[in-house]
Amino acid sequence: MKEEVLKKRFNVEIRKSGCGQDFAYCRKEDLLEIAGCLKNDLKFAFLIDLTCVDYKGYPGRETMPRFEMVYHFYAHDTRERMTLKVPVEETSPNIDSLTPLWRAADWYEREVYDMYGIHFTGHKDLRRILMYEEFKGHPLRKDYPLKARQPRIPHED
Amino acid sequence: MGLETVFGNSFLTSRVDAAVNWARKYSFFQYPFVTACCGMEFMSVWASTYDIARFGAEFPRFSPRQADVLFVVGTVNEKLAPALRRVYDQMAEPKWVVSFGVCATSGGFYDNYATVQGIDKIIPVDVYIPGCPPRPQAVLDALIKLQEKVDRETVLKYKGLK
Repeated sequence: MKEEVLKKRFNVEIRKSGCGQDFAYCRKEDLLEIAGCLKNDLKFAFLIDLTCVDYKGYPGRETMPRFEMVYHFYAHDTRERMTLKVPVEETSPNIDSLTPLWRAADWYEREVYDMYGIHFTGHKDLRRILMYEEFKGHPLRKDYPLKARQPRIPHED
Repeated sequence: MGLETVFGNSFLTSRVDAAVNWARKYSFFQYPFVTACCGMEFMSVWASTYDIARFGAEFPRFSPRQADVLFVVGTVNEKLAPALRRVYDQMAEPKWVVSFGVCATSGGFYDNYATVQGIDKIIPVDVYIPGCPPRPQAVLDALIKLQEKVDRETVLKYKGLK
């Protein structure tokens, strides 16, 4: 059912991953609408997880956007899972927040912001959740220096 | 302590040393600064099988102002470092620090952006306990080593801040 709905309304193709799980790519402009459709019309009422991948330097992805947001949904009624992948450009690292649809997205999006520096438009309280406020940069980005340390109090050797 | 500083390193002070050190080393009040899984092993040191009370150190004080020994049990990250430093600063002299487990000692396998590579970068440490996590026997061994260290101290000198 979801295959037809997503194909007809958003021209989004559902594919199977290597382990047989449904996933689909969508444009970030359509994210809120598709997520709303999944939640309200297709009964994917549960947002399992929301995360980001940094594909900088990844073989075979040179022409694709650097970041990819990944959303996992679950439908309790039909016990189906669904993954939504949204490419995000390095030059404009922002995307619509899912907090209007799921309150649960709040802290996940703060974590993605903290670790990858993706900005979520519409998020009411977007600040770091794991690192401290004075931390500079985003540690899970591939170009964050491996040995960089940012101590809050002076270290003695 | 007042009089000993007047008498200097004499028979009197060495006898006072012996008495004071004897009292100190068998009545450690510990402050458990537990942040990670090492805490489980630390609890078993308190429990009846290993029973740290045999060495007079069974009494945890959850106020640093009432504690003698700071047990740093587990990983300390950069976000937490100011809190650990503050707890140490709040403890009254004389005070000792035990670094419990490999994470507190050197950062362990957490060689990353978030983790302090050993608490001795923040506060002075008296005894290190290796292990991930250390066996309770190793903790008791460290406690005895700390008692030996306390026994060598003298009331003439204050340790002071590093």
